[in-house]
Amino acid sequence: MSFAEALAGAGAKPAGKRPYFLEPQVERVLAITMAMAQELAVARQRSDTLERLLLAKGVLTPGEIDAFVPDRAASAERQMWNQEFIARILRIVQQENEAVMSPAEVASGDVGEELAREA
Amino acid sequence: MSSSADTPTPAPNDPSAGYDGPPDFRVIGRHAVFPQTSHDEIERINFLAQMNRHLAARVVPGVKAAFDARVVPAFEAQHGRAMADRHEARRALLEDPAFQTWSALRRLTMEQRQQAGRWTALRQRERLNAVTAGLTEGDPRLSLDPSLPIPRYVSAVDHHCMPGSYHTEYFPGDAVNGANYDHAGFVTTGGLLGGYSDGGGHAVVKWVRRNLPDFKPRKILEIGGTVGHSSLPLAQAFPEAEMTVVDLGAPVLRYGLARAKSLGVDNISFVQASGEDLSMYPDASFDWIQTTMFLHELSTKALRAIFAETRRLLKPGGIVLHVEQPQYAPEMPLFEQAMRDWDAFYNNEPFWSRMHEMDLDAEMVAAGFERDKLIHGGVTGVVDRELFPDAEEDDTEDYGRKAAWHVIGAVA
Repeated sequence: MSFAEALAGAGAKPAGKRPYFLEPQVERVLAITMAMAQELAVARQRSDTLERLLLAKGVLTPGEIDAFVPDRAASAERQMWNQEFIARILRIVQQENEAVMSPAEVASGDVGEELAREA
Repeated sequence: MSSSADTPTPAPNDPSAGYDGPPDFRVIGRHAVFPQTSHDEIERINFLAQMNRHLAARVVPGVKAAFDARVVPAFEAQHGRAMADRHEARRALLEDPAFQTWSALRRLTMEQRQQAGRWTALRQRERLNAVTAGLTEGDPRLSLDPSLPIPRYVSAVDHHCMPGSYHTEYFPGDAVNGANYDHAGFVTTGGLLGGYSDGGGHAVVKWVRRNLPDFKPRKILEIGGTVGHSSLPLAQAFPEAEMTVVDLGAPVLRYGLARAKSLGVDNISFVQASGEDLSMYPDASFDWIQTTMFLHELSTKALRAIFAETRRLLKPGGIVLHVEQPQYAPEMPLFEQAMRDWDAFYNNEPFWSRMHEMDLDAEMVAAGFERDKLIHGGVTGVVDRELFPDAEEDDTEDYGRKAAWHVIGAVA
């Protein structure tokens, strides 16, 4: 079985019309959000496993992670990662706010028709 | 499965930690055809089991409060009377945000569980099917009938949102839907069925030993036994008996025999057949006929046909036992009835609602059983309490899913 077949098969829809309890747009976003929460939990547990293995092997000592203080350069890198991460997630908020500043914008399809008329 | 003194690490669900919830999936019992699970696949299952636990323990009380504080007063103000039945209660709940949110989360947790389990099974399908074939090919204890029609009560919607249900095979020899059903059912039960999802079977054995101490069955039949979760404990408890599992689904039967052999249970056969027509067995063939959480996946017609077949197939003095969630009764609060009906409408269990309002005593009598020989009882999942939660002591109600069942049966 190919990777693509397994991916499609894993997420296959069960037979039967799906009920919606919320506005479909809201329920769709909720479903995506909860899948992300699931994957966040999986990643958190993996990191916890790693910490415990490193502790057991004596690479880490108890409390070392909580006591960790990044140096100035590392701190900047880490905080920039946070900023980049948030900016990626909230891209649509940024773009909707930018749109407020350009109230007269035209849609691509309308431009297409306009360009067609020029011919 | 025991946590003896020489166990190097503490049990994941160490009671001294004051932890209350599903055990770590890593305590689950494995066998030759149990899918291999990566670290992240295990944690995905753990997360989803915790989601169901959270919804049952921490969200449902809010739905109940909303029902009492908002839904009932609004209904009575609008209609000038109390709610008449569970259907009115459910339709009124559908308008309430607390029920909407709980429902949406419960539905998509099931969808995520199916995706998680199917991914794990599908990505190793070739290996699983090869192991299954190695354990079952040429073994007379597996009897398949590719011409068997799949009835509409199974084919129309996939039960509990399990794509392909019990019966779909994607190519000859496929056991994947058995592997998905077996390994990730933990998400729904939260470990209440124990290490091999067999707490229901052990509960039935305990009930029979207590109530029928002289019963020595030689031929036992489980109808709708899928991969044998509830059947193996019966075969193990009565090693002189021959156990037969019938089911509509080839993938679960193939997987079931491979699983049974791998677990060292050899007095068991898996046969593809409909419980409605077991004409390949002569009258009075069995001492004991069992169904476990099965009746709700039928139809009225099928249930009646199966009851009639059980009557025909039992030897004089033999017993039939059906293990199911409790029936609706006037004394059951409408909120509980509406919540228990959720699976019928929103989790692809189309017969659940109708089945749980049937007069099963009357159906048994109509099938030819004598009223004064009917059996009624109650059982809870029997599990290894070192590692798994005990349904008897767990007061969290996950309507329709808790390992606390009613037994209805009869002596022939």
